[in-house]
Amino acid sequence: MIAIVDYGAGNIFSVKNALDYLGCDSVLTSKKADLENADSIILPGVGAFPAAMKKLDESGLVEVIKQQAVQKPFLGICLGMQLLFEKSFEFEECSGLSLIKGYVDKMTEPDLVIPHMGWNKLEYDRSSPLFDGLGENEYVYFVHSYKAFCDSDALYAHCDYGHSVPAVVGDGRFVFGCQFHPEKSGKIGLKILENFAKM
Amino acid sequence: MLAKRIIPCLDVRDGKVVKGVNFEGIKEVGDPVQCAYEYNLQGADEIVFYDITASHEGRGVILDVVRETAKKVFVPLTVGGGIATVDDIRDTLRAGADKVSVNSQAVKNPQLIKDGADVFGSQCICVGVDAKAISPNKWTVFINGGRIDMHIDLIDWVKKCEQLGAGEICLNSIDTDGVRGGFDIAMLKAVVDAVNIPVIASGGAGKLGDFADAFLKTDCSAALAASLFHFKELTVGQVKDDCRSKGIIVR
Repeated sequence: MIAIVDYGAGNIFSVKNALDYLGCDSVLTSKKADLENADSIILPGVGAFPAAMKKLDESGLVEVIKQQAVQKPFLGICLGMQLLFEKSFEFEECSGLSLIKGYVDKMTEPDLVIPHMGWNKLEYDRSSPLFDGLGENEYVYFVHSYKAFCDSDALYAHCDYGHSVPAVVGDGRFVFGCQFHPEKSGKIGLKILENFAKM
Repeated sequence: MLAKRIIPCLDVRDGKVVKGVNFEGIKEVGDPVQCAYEYNLQGADEIVFYDITASHEGRGVILDVVRETAKKVFVPLTVGGGIATVDDIRDTLRAGADKVSVNSQAVKNPQLIKDGADVFGSQCICVGVDAKAISPNKWTVFINGGRIDMHIDLIDWVKKCEQLGAGEICLNSIDTDGVRGGFDIAMLKAVVDAVNIPVIASGGAGKLGDFADAFLKTDCSAALAASLFHFKELTVGQVKDDCRSKGIIVR
């Protein structure tokens, strides 16, 4: 059973739809016990960092997420990935879940069209079971205006937009994050979700 | 590198895909969920449902279409047509749309763009703009499917949309729409130069090379077409092959 954290943020139904399509058992939940009993956890998210962090806090889920993410596969998607870092500077400085070292800030390269919206190519930085069955020329769907700044040891894949944009990050153990939306990235995205579900 | 997007648009009325949007004699031609699924197989980068349902009571039907599509099509879905309030935006996104496209209602009430962006994020607010040339390199904004001239300068309007928090502009040229002679390059270029958010070219695609032409002559992010794909004159795959052969990055 995969627990999809429902804390009032967007795109949860898309993630659920994708897992249903794959035949993976999942539940949308904001219950602490569900996260504790799940085999793995997905943290979705669309919107602004401070508002999402506030909602997570109000849901009383911050501690259980931190505790579970060191015990079982955990995947943050889009804003859910950004929340994994120590802090963000979106609108205001705001603390994150601190599961991966690094921070989130605006993409500021001059002349860059923002948001970074559309399909961009994955450039792999290290191997991961998440990439099983993927080829060299795979595109996934991004939509974001802020990006992660992290050490190279946390970087699993990036894409090129202005400078390098972290696309898949991880803590080297159970925690993973995708800046793109696997649930909106066609069959490549479904494959990545399926790989995660098999962990 | 970010790929250029090819976006098929489906005109939907009362839950059926229809040919043409010009009122009388509209012919129902298919199931939108099935059409969206086929476009997905062809490699569509996004799919737009444009709801032309006339009655307010019929509005819920498009949400069922989105709900069903989102269960088997895993690319971004946009819904336009008749979205007038923040509640409309919420309902549409909850049904499984990733973006909404607001047009006439945003011109009449620009606050809708800001309110939508504040609540749901800029990434899901696309502003559809219908415009027409009034003199060389000067265009004004029209509403109600191109029937009413609002006498608003196009460039002022798109800049305002960006300031209000729009995440994207879908620019439809009334001059080239339906003519099938290619996208309106001059208008497109002027808008792309004026804003820093993605711009989708719409209106005028009539043949294979028109898409690559828009990407080679302007920095637009995506190109949209309805009838060309709908009448199966071209597939999304053919358009992408043509773009690729001309050095344009596509998925």
